[in-house]
Amino acid sequence: MKLELGYIYIKDIQFAEKSKVENGTLYVNKEEIKALVMEDQNFKSVEVELAKPGDSTRIMPVKDVIEPRVKVEGPGGIFPGMVSKVQTVGSGKTHVLKGAAVITTGKIVGFQEGIIDMTGTGAEYTPFSKLNNLVLVCQPVEGLKQHEHEKALRFAGYKIAIHLGELARTLVPDESEVFETPTVKEGFKLYPELPRVAYVLMLQSQGLMHDTYVYGVDAKQSLTTMLYPTEIMDGAIVSGNCVSACDKNTTYHHINNPVIHDLFSEHGKTLNFVGVIITNENVYLADKERSSDWSAKLAEFLGLDGVIISQEGFGNPDTDLIMNCKKIEAKGIKTVIITDEYAGRDGSSQSLADADVSANAVVTGGNANEVINLPALEKVIGYTSVADIIAGGFSGSLHEDGSITAELQVITGATNEMGFNKLSAR
Amino acid sequence: MIKVVQYINQFFANVGGEEMAHIPAEVRTEIVGPGLAFQQAFKDEAKIVATIVCGDSYFNENLEEAKKTILEMIKEYNPDLFIAGPAFNAGRYGVACATIAAEVKEQLNIPVLTGMYKENPGADMFKNKVYIVSTKNSAVGMKDAVKKMAPLALKLAKGEKILSSAEEGYLPNGIRVNFFEKERGSKRAVNMLLSKLQDKEFETEFPMPDFDRVEPNKAVKDITKAKIALVTSGGIVPKGNPDHIESSSASKFGKYDIDGVMDLTEETYETAHGGYDPVYANLDADRVLPVDILREFEQQGKIGSLHRYFYTTVGNGTAVKSSKAFAAEFSKELKQDGIDAVILTST
Repeated sequence: MKLELGYIYIKDIQFAEKSKVENGTLYVNKEEIKALVMEDQNFKSVEVELAKPGDSTRIMPVKDVIEPRVKVEGPGGIFPGMVSKVQTVGSGKTHVLKGAAVITTGKIVGFQEGIIDMTGTGAEYTPFSKLNNLVLVCQPVEGLKQHEHEKALRFAGYKIAIHLGELARTLVPDESEVFETPTVKEGFKLYPELPRVAYVLMLQSQGLMHDTYVYGVDAKQSLTTMLYPTEIMDGAIVSGNCVSACDKNTTYHHINNPVIHDLFSEHGKTLNFVGVIITNENVYLADKERSSDWSAKLAEFLGLDGVIISQEGFGNPDTDLIMNCKKIEAKGIKTVIITDEYAGRDGSSQSLADADVSANAVVTGGNANEVINLPALEKVIGYTSVADIIAGGFSGSLHEDGSITAELQVITGATNEMGFNKLSAR
Repeated sequence: MIKVVQYINQFFANVGGEEMAHIPAEVRTEIVGPGLAFQQAFKDEAKIVATIVCGDSYFNENLEEAKKTILEMIKEYNPDLFIAGPAFNAGRYGVACATIAAEVKEQLNIPVLTGMYKENPGADMFKNKVYIVSTKNSAVGMKDAVKKMAPLALKLAKGEKILSSAEEGYLPNGIRVNFFEKERGSKRAVNMLLSKLQDKEFETEFPMPDFDRVEPNKAVKDITKAKIALVTSGGIVPKGNPDHIESSSASKFGKYDIDGVMDLTEETYETAHGGYDPVYANLDADRVLPVDILREFEQQGKIGSLHRYFYTTVGNGTAVKSSKAFAAEFSKELKQDGIDAVILTST
């Protein structure tokens, strides 16, 4: 399967009469966006804001971040099974508004949404401070249940991202990149000498708004299965998560999965990137056993020599991570796992909730408990009042002058376990 | 000017090899052996005011006396910083360096630094107590060792922030510190996997801890007589969360009186936990902390009694070390209160 990504680089975002992309600037008609969001009767009102790199702006609480893309050649559309019809994506050509994103915000659960700062200390920890963001501040109607609110907001994000992506349909990309995965048979023939490597992508599926969707299917109701890597670039996997901000995989992370990109860059040179095994992180022991059994079984089935396993979330999913690692290693297949740590504010505690000697190659996204100070910023999109209660905040986190002292956990994407960032710990 | 006292063995003081390892501690006021390289690296920021020379056998065979004598010698000079070694892979020298460094840190309360090869027995014994810079396994690595030790020593003496072990070059000491790597995590994972596949050396970023498994206690002999307490990490608290237990990474636990409480209701209890959708727990907190059922059992004589207090915290993102500390504290109270069994609920 072969996909060409055409990047249209976005260096600025502005409101304008007409939505369009011109000379690297994304122009957005605010009223048009509002009207689209308000088609959903679950919303009482919506505000649309801009947040650019370097702005003295704090966005909180953040739910999801989505990159605008459009399919210009090949079957299917972006976010198949969610917004576009169910059809296998990942081939043909897709245009990307690289450097732009849609951010959805709102108090859903209260605890489980994050902070994006566009400047200062916080900005160093989140990749989204480098993007030109269109921020949706949506107010739900009275009495809307939290899970309905989550769903409405999730879909508002996809809808607006797709709407903006459409602006790129007829543009000529600034740069293009081709990603191709041969079939298993072709792969053996093409690269007989190279180690066969796959990516085991663990999807948050603990339920109760800790959910991920694959072609519209709730991942907690799915068995471990396989995807071509390029399917994910077309939005086959989306986030429906309200979990700690630092290590949840937003939809942006999924479509820009860094493990997939970095394995592709070695593909055909030092390794043969065979494909992606997706597996869930359910809460029941039987599910954990079954899903990790299947990861190991598929890894063996594909004749792999090595895998990279990435995690989402912490605590309970640490057990899934260790089960996947242990069982795949037991098949004689070498593993590297990517996780993050909860080593306490002073860094002296045991970092994971589970461990095994076979997990001897670990990449860490850093200690999420480390305390950081976020300066007061001029503009706040959303509400700072939740600073004391979000995951990573504590009583007294929000200071009178608007500055915040909290654990790194509060920053969206800070300790990402796909290895999206340079942050680490020793 | 930062005043430094250095500790070296007979070999590095040019007194002699194994045949001179028995010599007791002595003070030199001139700069000796590795001190020359250190003094050069310190430039005008620090001055080595004295060097203690001690035989490796003497130190290890007369441990208490050696420690006492050397401490007295060091005190004389009232230094701001103490450096021992580097010892490379010399076992007895490494243990001596680390032992005396730990002793100076504890007794004189000044910053200390030593250096040795990671497999030196002194490293494992003391790496969590004092900063030990990781060196090569022989004195050939002296230049490299001084290059890492001198700047770290100055930082320690000035009380500056010490960065992660990977940046400063000390052996990992169990304190996890964040820092920015050169490559993103996914690239590091690919590179690590390639090394592992090619049977090349690679270094894990997080060595697996020794995991403590808790053996379950023996079964309660007669449950109908047992006094049972409820403890939860599910975050159930009286409505309003009076003690402000955090939604993640809890810094405290709560103890609440349920004398006469037959049922936890939406009006009276809620969860402070930030790791799950709180709707069902808030509607009926008995789902996480089963007070209603235990009251029924109490009335029916199925259990002896339900303890008057429950203990609660939030497990979400809470460090194991914090959880252990909470449990150590309230377990004492549970024992004092004569509790026979505890029902632990999570989320």
